Amino acid sequence: MFTNRYIFTYASIMVIVVAAILSSAAMVLKPFQLANIKAEKIQGILASANIATERDGAEEIYNQKIIEEIAIDADGNVISQYKDGQLTKGDIRPFDIKLKEQIDLKEDLEAGKSTESPVWPIFVIQNNSTTSYVVPVRGMGLWGPVWGNIAFESDFNTIAGATFDHKGETPGLGAEINTDWFETEFKGKTIFDDNGNFVSVKVVKGGVANSSIPVSHGVDAISGGTITSDGVSLMLEDCLENYVPYIKKNK
Amino acid sequence: MSNREPLFSAKNRKLLTTPLSKENPITIQVLGICSALAVTVKLEPAFVMALSVTAVMAIGNVMISLLRKTIAPRIRIIVQLVVIASLVILVDQVLKAFVYDVSKQLSVFVGLIITNCIIMGRFEAFAMSNKTWPSFLDGVGNAAGYGLILIIVAFFRELFGSGTVWGYQVVPDAFYELGYKDNGLMILPPMALITVGIIIWVQRSRDKELIEEN
Repeated sequence: MFTNRYIFTYASIMVIVVAAILSSAAMVLKPFQLANIKAEKIQGILASANIATERDGAEEIYNQKIIEEIAIDADGNVISQYKDGQLTKGDIRPFDIKLKEQIDLKEDLEAGKSTESPVWPIFVIQNNSTTSYVVPVRGMGLWGPVWGNIAFESDFNTIAGATFDHKGETPGLGAEINTDWFETEFKGKTIFDDNGNFVSVKVVKGGVANSSIPVSHGVDAISGGTITSDGVSLMLEDCLENYVPYIKKNK
Repeated sequence: MSNREPLFSAKNRKLLTTPLSKENPITIQVLGICSALAVTVKLEPAFVMALSVTAVMAIGNVMISLLRKTIAPRIRIIVQLVVIASLVILVDQVLKAFVYDVSKQLSVFVGLIITNCIIMGRFEAFAMSNKTWPSFLDGVGNAAGYGLILIIVAFFRELFGSGTVWGYQVVPDAFYELGYKDNGLMILPPMALITVGIIIWVQRSRDKELIEEN
C-alpha cells in the first residue's frame, strides 16, 4: 500500500517541517529565556547582599546599587572593570563571565592542559552606605551542580549574606541549601583566621558546636544531606581561595 | 452528512469522562507512574505538568488523527515519536520563556513527557483509528485523568510534607509550637507511590467492577 519511495519522502518532509518549526520557536523565545536567566543571576547577587527583589525590576535596582564590577586574575590584579554602565578596563564585562568556564580553565591549567588563566568576577554593591563585595561560587552537590553568591562586608572577610541554589538536590535534604535557615547561618562568619590565613567556612556534619572547628568558621550541615553539605564546603573553599591574593593585596 | 452526530454526544462525552475514573491512566492502566512520583512534591509544578501533558496529548492526538491516513504503518511509531518530541520541546521552550521558576522545578520531567507511556498509548490505541474531534476529546480526557491524580497526590504531599497548599502555609504556627512536625517522608518519592496506592485502593473499594480477578 505504501511504497518505499513514499515512506522516504514522507519521513524527509516531516523532518524538515518539524526542524523548521522548532528552530523558529527557539529563535522567537530566546530573548525571553535569556532575560529570565539574567534576571535570576541579578536577583542572586542582590539577595546575597540582603536586597530582596522581584524578577521584574531587579535589573533597575541592580543598576542603582552596583558601584562597580571587576574581574581579577590569579595574582589578584584587576584585569577588567565595569563602572557606570561602561567597560573602563579590559575587554569583558565581569557580569558576563561564566563561572563554570573559569573553573574548567583553572582545572585545565592545574592539569597542564591549557595555559590560559582564569579570571574571577567581584561585584561591589552599595546599599544604604554599606559596601559589600559579592563573589559567585559554583561546585558539585550530590546529583548535579550547586552554586551561589557570597556577600562580604567591606573587610572582605566577614560574610554579610549568602544565597545558594542547586539543579536537582534531594527535596527536603540537600535541597534545603536554598532555604533561609541554611543561608542565614553564614552571616557573620569569617573566612580568615586571626593570623590572616585563609580557612574558608566549613559546613560541619553533626554541628559546629560538637566539632573542633571554631564557630566563626563553620556552620551546621543538613541532616541527611551530607554529600550536598560537603559539596557546599568544598565549593566555598575552591572558589573563595581564588580571591585570596586580591584580598591580601587590598585589605 | 445528514446523520452527523452532535459535538458532545453521549459517546463523545464518555471519551472525556471515563479516563477520569473507570479508565484512569494512572490508577487503572498504571501508566505514567514515574512522572507522577517526581513532580508531585508541590501543587504548582504538578498543575503545570498536568497542563503541559494536556497540551501535548490534545494537540498530538489531533495531529496524529489528521495524519492517520497518510502514515505508513511501518514508520508509524517513528512519526508518533516525532510528533510527541517536537510538541514537548515546544512546551519546554514556552515554559522556560514565560514561567521560568516552574520550569526550573520541573527540570528534566518536561523532557520526560516524551517517554510518558500514556501519550504514546493514546496515539497508538485511539488517534490512529479515529476522527479528529473524538481524538481531541480522548486526549483531553486522558490528560485530565492523569492530571487529576497528579493534583490529588500533590495536594496531600504538599499538605503533610511542607504544611502548605500552593505555597501558602495552611498548618497554623500554633500546631508547630505544640510539637507538630512536617512529615519529611512525604516529600520523598516512596510516599507518592503509597499515596497513589491509597487512591487505587479507595477507588476499587468504591467500585467493585474494577477489581481484577486472579
